Amino acid sequence: MKYIDEYRDAEAAEKLRKAINAVTTREWTLMEVCGGQTHAIVKFGIDELLPDEIRLVHGPGCPVCVTPLELIDKAIAIASKPNVVFCSFGDMLRVPGSEKDLLMVKAAGGDIRIVYSPLDAVKIARNNPEKEVVFFAVGFETTAPANAMAVRQAKELGVKNFSILVSHVLVPPAIEAILSSPQCLVQGFLAAGHVCTVMGYEEYAPLAEKYGVPIVVTGFEPVDILQGIYMCVKQLEEGRAEVENQYARSVRKEGNLPAMDLIREVFRIVPRKWRGVGEIPESGLGLTEEYAGFDAEVRFTVSHYTAEEPEECISGLVLQGIKKPNECPAFGTRCTPEHPFGATMVSNEGACAAYYRYRRHSAKKKTVGESAGV
Amino acid sequence: MKAKTSFNPVCPIPISEYPNVLLAHGGGGKLMHNLIGDMFVKEFENPLLSAMHDGAVFGVGKERLAFTTDSYVVDPLFFPGGNIGTLAVNGTVNDLAMCGAKPLYLSVGFILEEGFGMENLWRIVQTMKSEAVKAGVQLVTGDTKVVDRGKGDGIFINTAGVGVVEHDLEISPASVQAGDAILLSGDLGRHGIAIMAAREGLEFETEIESDCAPLAPVIMKLIDEGIEIRCLRDLTRGGLASALVEIAEGCGHEINIEENAIAVREDVRGACEILGFDPMYLANEGRFVLFVAETDAEHALEIMNPMLVDSVPSKIGRVSESNSGDVILKSRIGANRIVDMFTGEQLPRIC
Repeated sequence: MKYIDEYRDAEAAEKLRKAINAVTTREWTLMEVCGGQTHAIVKFGIDELLPDEIRLVHGPGCPVCVTPLELIDKAIAIASKPNVVFCSFGDMLRVPGSEKDLLMVKAAGGDIRIVYSPLDAVKIARNNPEKEVVFFAVGFETTAPANAMAVRQAKELGVKNFSILVSHVLVPPAIEAILSSPQCLVQGFLAAGHVCTVMGYEEYAPLAEKYGVPIVVTGFEPVDILQGIYMCVKQLEEGRAEVENQYARSVRKEGNLPAMDLIREVFRIVPRKWRGVGEIPESGLGLTEEYAGFDAEVRFTVSHYTAEEPEECISGLVLQGIKKPNECPAFGTRCTPEHPFGATMVSNEGACAAYYRYRRHSAKKKTVGESAGV
Repeated sequence: MKAKTSFNPVCPIPISEYPNVLLAHGGGGKLMHNLIGDMFVKEFENPLLSAMHDGAVFGVGKERLAFTTDSYVVDPLFFPGGNIGTLAVNGTVNDLAMCGAKPLYLSVGFILEEGFGMENLWRIVQTMKSEAVKAGVQLVTGDTKVVDRGKGDGIFINTAGVGVVEHDLEISPASVQAGDAILLSGDLGRHGIAIMAAREGLEFETEIESDCAPLAPVIMKLIDEGIEIRCLRDLTRGGLASALVEIAEGCGHEINIEENAIAVREDVRGACEILGFDPMYLANEGRFVLFVAETDAEHALEIMNPMLVDSVPSKIGRVSESNSGDVILKSRIGANRIVDMFTGEQLPRIC
């Protein structure tokens, strides 16, 4: 398959592995920002191909994982109401709230539907004018344009029974929060290719300069990731801290301008709470005044909900790259995908779930906690 | 949780976590595996059931018989490559074949919803008739129930099947030995994607048809030709991954497979890439995995190849000497990873 096979090619991967080996002279800690990259790294065993000096830590870029507990509780409260059709992307349904998840609400009779596009939710609203249709607008900059489009379309068509529960977060403030933490171990970043497809990468240059870290915009296939690592390590070895673009087949420096215009029309920048991390200023999106009528939090009066994370879950440390999933005492024993403590064990792209699914054999064979190259 | 006290505290499923049945309890993944293992098998316990095979094999007089049952609740009822009737016959026939039995007789139970179109019922019945002829079985007994409108999904079908075992092979995970070759009968995921596309109204450049097909003829031929079959499993819900995990657990050996050897058609791969699905977990209705002695592997592939319509069998791995009970996949770029069951159903991802 074009654009897939050439980026999963064993020979190309081997060449890059050798190149990384050749360029590496000392220890480096890199963070891949996006959960899709984490998943690919663990699924294809990319980290096993790297020299021992390179340590990959997994970033906060899984929208399912960073959605705070109280937003899941709000979703559950709304979805449990009679006369509501609650629409969501599939992988949000298994994320545990304080007491239950959306699949349990569905089993108890809630009308919860998996949609593939927020525009499908608008269509459901038009076809069911007697129902309140709510879409769970989760994600980073990647999903923001489509979600903005749904709201704009609802406004243009005069669909009054449609609203969205917004949980949008932004990547650059999260990177800054990680870099400004005194515990930060990260020396270089692989930025999320799809986020940059929408937003471009101009906003990363000040971060690279201020904190002296290389940032390489990277794709999602094994060869992409290996090349991103190579570019990042090369910069570190040469003492450079620049923004480079590995994913040039998809990403332009200025981003997708019409998509960015649409985001700015519908959303404004707001502070957001991140699951396991806490509130980060200017790190999320909320609806602008013009579209405030589509805010499900207001419509269903759930804005006041708050919830605390279970104390035992270290997903906040995992999401900041301070701990690896298998360094958690509950990993794979008391915390499993069937009984997750936190969202990182639920989502396909969550670091804990990726380790659980693909890595329990290494955990058995190697000492737990021996993290580099695990 | 409040509901906890109202349940028997010795219930084997952590009901405090799941006070209600979830769809995922029928999804072919870990939740279903646990439900069957901890709730049903434990309570109905007997040696035939505990073998956890696709059907039970037992002696009656001088004969060995295989007995199995399956219920069919597919949405939509009609999909590219078949309908619920195709599945109701072939699914049960294939379960018998996976026991190494020659399928003979089926029962059929129809649960019909008030208001269901007679024309649709007729089409389903005609399909079942022709599939039964193809598979060489007769529908010899049955039952019909009608439920109130809104209490069924048009039509549910249950079939049970009886077949005869005419050989001395012990086909089960327990027979798997270190060094055995693992053969896969064809490409993965067509049924899962066909159903998904029809259910969700997804359109691809070409229509992906279900791979639904009777597997008994090819299995009978392998047995007739003297292939020493150790274990067989058809790859329905949960796909290749779940079948291999179950077999690895059953035999206790490590199973090694190679991603490069596992065929997935281009259109199915494309759909999986878009939806974030792994073809290893997608449902199939005409594929099986076969464990044979390494010395029989080539011969088995030669027998299978001309008999399988529209699919090419291949050797995908071998059983290792290690007793870890894990399934290990060598990825395309040469690194190893574990293959596990899914917890519930595969859910389409956000981005």
